[in-house]
Amino acid sequence: MPAMVRKLAQRLGMLQHSFVGGVHPNMHKLTADVAIEECDIAPVHVLPMKQHIGEICSPLVAVGDLVLRGQKIARSEGYLSVPVHAPTSGRVVKIEEHTIPHPSGMGLPSIFIESDGDDKSDESIAPISDWINTDPTQLRERARKCGLAGLGGAVFPTFIKLVQDKRFPIETVILNGIECEPYLTNDHRLMLEHAEEILEGMAIIMHMVGADSGIIAVEDNKQNAADSMQQALDARSDMDGVVVHVLPTRYPQGSEKQLIYTLTGREVPAGKLPMHIGVLSQNIGTTKALFDAVMLGKPLTERTVTVSGDALAKPSNLLVRLGTPVRSLFARQGLDDFSGIQIVHGGPMMGERLKNPDFPVVKSSTGLLAMSLQAMKAAHTVEQPCIRCGHCSEACPISLVPNLLADQCRSDQFEKAAQYDLFDCIECGACSYVCPSNIPLVHYFRYGKGQLALQRREDSFAEASRKRSETRDARIEREKAEKAARRSQVRKTHAPKTDEAKAETDAETKTGGEAGVADSKATESKD
Amino acid sequence: MISLLYALASLGVFALVAGIVLAIAQKLFHIEGDPMVEKLDALLPQTQCGQCGYPGCKPYATAVASGEADVNHCVPGGERTMLQIADLMGVEPKDLEAEPAAPMLAFVREDECIGCTLCIKACPVDAIVGAPKQYHTVIADHCTGCNLCVEPCPVDCIDMLMKPELIEHWSWPLPDTKRAQLGHERREQHAGHG
Repeated sequence: MPAMVRKLAQRLGMLQHSFVGGVHPNMHKLTADVAIEECDIAPVHVLPMKQHIGEICSPLVAVGDLVLRGQKIARSEGYLSVPVHAPTSGRVVKIEEHTIPHPSGMGLPSIFIESDGDDKSDESIAPISDWINTDPTQLRERARKCGLAGLGGAVFPTFIKLVQDKRFPIETVILNGIECEPYLTNDHRLMLEHAEEILEGMAIIMHMVGADSGIIAVEDNKQNAADSMQQALDARSDMDGVVVHVLPTRYPQGSEKQLIYTLTGREVPAGKLPMHIGVLSQNIGTTKALFDAVMLGKPLTERTVTVSGDALAKPSNLLVRLGTPVRSLFARQGLDDFSGIQIVHGGPMMGERLKNPDFPVVKSSTGLLAMSLQAMKAAHTVEQPCIRCGHCSEACPISLVPNLLADQCRSDQFEKAAQYDLFDCIECGACSYVCPSNIPLVHYFRYGKGQLALQRREDSFAEASRKRSETRDARIEREKAEKAARRSQVRKTHAPKTDEAKAETDAETKTGGEAGVADSKATESKD
Repeated sequence: MISLLYALASLGVFALVAGIVLAIAQKLFHIEGDPMVEKLDALLPQTQCGQCGYPGCKPYATAVASGEADVNHCVPGGERTMLQIADLMGVEPKDLEAEPAAPMLAFVREDECIGCTLCIKACPVDAIVGAPKQYHTVIADHCTGCNLCVEPCPVDCIDMLMKPELIEHWSWPLPDTKRAQLGHERREQHAGHG
């Protein structure tokens, strides 16, 4: 159905709200029935100094220091940042750069912790079991202090969203249990195994933002998770405003803005946040982590990771300490030889392809996939011409025109692409997925966004430099003028005669001059 | 004959009126400075490096605006700047004289610095801090990498370092497909020959 007709029908109430576009990839949820296993503590943990969106942290510990599990080892610098904590007890062995799961293959300064095997915890953060009578700002500080960042993959510092703003009161809290990426099942398993804790976490969030109603959104390929949440909900008497919504499976339903539209019929405007339309959406894993932080006083030192992929003998859901080397996780699941295998960090649709598994588990590690290269469809290297079939426009959940944008990015018409709302693209990959010509559309968008960001950075740097240079020129001018003024002042004060005498001499020369002129006139007349 | 005089007189009167109107308009809508210079200056990278042969970006912009200088002298601006200038001036793009070097950053080896303030005076963007007989240091975020501080230093304690590539500033390369490369090459050819 064309998007316009669908939207009209939705507005008229003939159709349930539902985001436009989307695709139905094979879900490959291999690990849906595999219970979360706790992973052994690795001998050495690597903690990158930035595991969130925002400013990088600075280390608080030095080489040789002994640390406890949950001890803060890096301080956040700036507002948009959360601290990093030690995942286990042990000794800091070195602080140096280490590769992180990033498409560039580049690294960040990281703290290496050699575990001592005791796994002793830092007990300095006390649980707040009476959260219902606790001031929301105090709970918010707890969320920041415990290093919470969105565990759905975007790792946006959680505390920033958990705020009561009088201008934008939050009406609805959405618990995002969609998990629409193929292969990933960690939120699914959390909902099955920790429903009570997640609900308690949700209650804390609703208390913090002052919301009365809530929605738990689950896709229908996880009916048992929805049942589990419903069961836990029925057991509670204090959460009447919360309902469980089961939605038909479609990718990218788990994307925040798409989910909010589907559930509430309200669109988050471009460049705005969900809070601006009175909605807060939180991921399942993050909600569980908030429960741990508030009720147990546990900072974020572990997360569930789906280790899966078609090249893996034993796919599983693991509870992993942050900083665990990924190579050891794959080895645990029976994969040692990485030839002919592509490692993906995150889900297959939006995750990063990485060259090797030499990086640690970080806060954004939702999944770790080992894919055989054939399955990865090396076909994307054979890009065919666009045949204008329009499938990409139909699949785009934000109604962009991907083929046009890709053309503009390919020919470096970045400003034009920006006019066609390149920056609203959420890089979900639905367009690349449906393209019959195998055009790597999202890759073009990322290229375009990067180049445009670079140009804008250069322009603003040039503008700043110009201002500095102009101020400098102005200052030099002023100093010169001041110097000249001072010099004439000095000359005046140090002149041999007093002002009066000088004035007299001036007057004398004047009269003398006039006399001279008169004389010459006289001589003229004589002639 | 008389009709010719009429024609001349009426044209003369018209010319006079038009002249007066134009003169008033010029006084009324007078713009301080050359707007073209401002526009060109805004396109330049503002490194103030002098590699174009002029003592800064503004002087080069003035020279281009007056037609005295060519459009292809800005080295750090590279092809993008050259194309934008050529577009604004309405002239054919020209090949660049020199490839832009990788972005550099001045660095003062502080233990060798004698605090002479010569580099501070040389810096066109005030990116060096220090005082007489105190160590000087470069504010890395403001350094344009223009090289102008290296020459005046009497003890040669200023190094030009490669600007470190930040992971936040990393951007995706063009997709590694034949069509992507083809499109890119075609565009470069197009840019080269206007």
